[in-house]
Amino acid sequence: MLAQVTPLETQTPAAAIIGRSAQGLYGVEMAGKMGVANEKLGFDAGQQTDWVQMMVLVRDHQDRSAFAALFNHFAPRIKGFLIKSGADAAMAEECAQDVLTTLWNKAGQFDPTRASVATWIFTIARNRRIDMLRRQRRPEPEELTWGPEPEPDQADVIALQQDSENLSAALAKLPDAQRDLIEKAYFADLSQSEIARITGLPLGTIKSRIRLALDRLRHAMQ
Amino acid sequence: MTIKHHPQEATLLAYATGNLPEAFNLIIAAHVSLCDDCRAVVESCDAVGGSLLESAADVAMCAESLERTMAALDTPQAPRPPRTPGILPAPLHPYVGGDLDAVKWRPVGMGVKQAILPTSSEASARLLRIPAGVAIPDHSHEGNELTLVLQGAFADEGDHFARGDLEVADSDVTHTPVAAPGADCICLAVTDAPLTFKGWLPRVVQRFVGI
Repeated sequence: MLAQVTPLETQTPAAAIIGRSAQGLYGVEMAGKMGVANEKLGFDAGQQTDWVQMMVLVRDHQDRSAFAALFNHFAPRIKGFLIKSGADAAMAEECAQDVLTTLWNKAGQFDPTRASVATWIFTIARNRRIDMLRRQRRPEPEELTWGPEPEPDQADVIALQQDSENLSAALAKLPDAQRDLIEKAYFADLSQSEIARITGLPLGTIKSRIRLALDRLRHAMQ
Repeated sequence: MTIKHHPQEATLLAYATGNLPEAFNLIIAAHVSLCDDCRAVVESCDAVGGSLLESAADVAMCAESLERTMAALDTPQAPRPPRTPGILPAPLHPYVGGDLDAVKWRPVGMGVKQAILPTSSEASARLLRIPAGVAIPDHSHEGNELTLVLQGAFADEGDHFARGDLEVADSDVTHTPVAAPGADCICLAVTDAPLTFKGWLPRVVQRFVGI
């Protein structure tokens, strides 16, 4: 099974991307593992599928196998996240489906130089939750341009991914009490004064990265 | 344009986590539309949410879920066309029904006009139009008030607030904002409690105009 990568031309585009990114980033021995199933794409080895590439396939080719891979990975996490936030299972299920449908519809708005795929999905899920629980719309900031650049610089995309991973690692290292408070803020309805007690979120490098991406977009507009 | 006055980071975090009343979401979305520094903070708070989502324990979806969702997929939406920049940031447009010329102003005295925006009842949002040079009389607050300048400027206790600046006032503050000379000052103000004016509008009128 190991290292048996189907020739790219005989694969679906999504499978080809999984194979390619696995070879390129993680070495050939990972590729076989990663190309097989949707549910466990390489995660047991602690490596990630290139979700950005999956998003590009959905955006540019309406690729249904890439969509299925995204669905199988993210929908159960959204469902788990929402149940932890107090939603019942039926609502969480419906919301997770809606979020993935929105991902399909709005794939063109995803900007990999400003957000990881998980982050972008989080924002869709949060808005859908507010909509369902409170029956309110959630005002969103004005977009800067038409949307993201069609071919963003790969170095920027990789740097943002790296910063996202560093942020996760930094969060994992926080003292338990601090991390619990942060989770409560995201999973439940902490009051604003309780949220004000959250200090020292490790936002530093990712914040500068996003600021840089915003500067570039502004510059591109002029 | 340099924005000098920003919301507190805790408010931006509460915006990202979805813990603010609708009126506060609206003013933060409007400020972030004008302020890249706060946009970067909000988007990095989103990244924390993304990280928590990624590490969330998964709960299996129903058996038919993927097939049902796939069967309902339609042609994706085309990207939204670019908007001609106006005075009101985009998040305000659905509440007003357009840009500034669509606002239905009502006079509240001293030449000041306001328009209350339809948000959920936990907090209220209104647009204020204050003629240049006019002071909003001393008022203190029972709750929190945020004021975002959209046109013109005002001065308050020695600070200058121009387009994009956001003033934060809590229950300890008694202040007298004065609209600067020049264009009418147009602000978005939100509060989670009724304002208490000192000697300007009688309380009964306050109840009438809803401020």
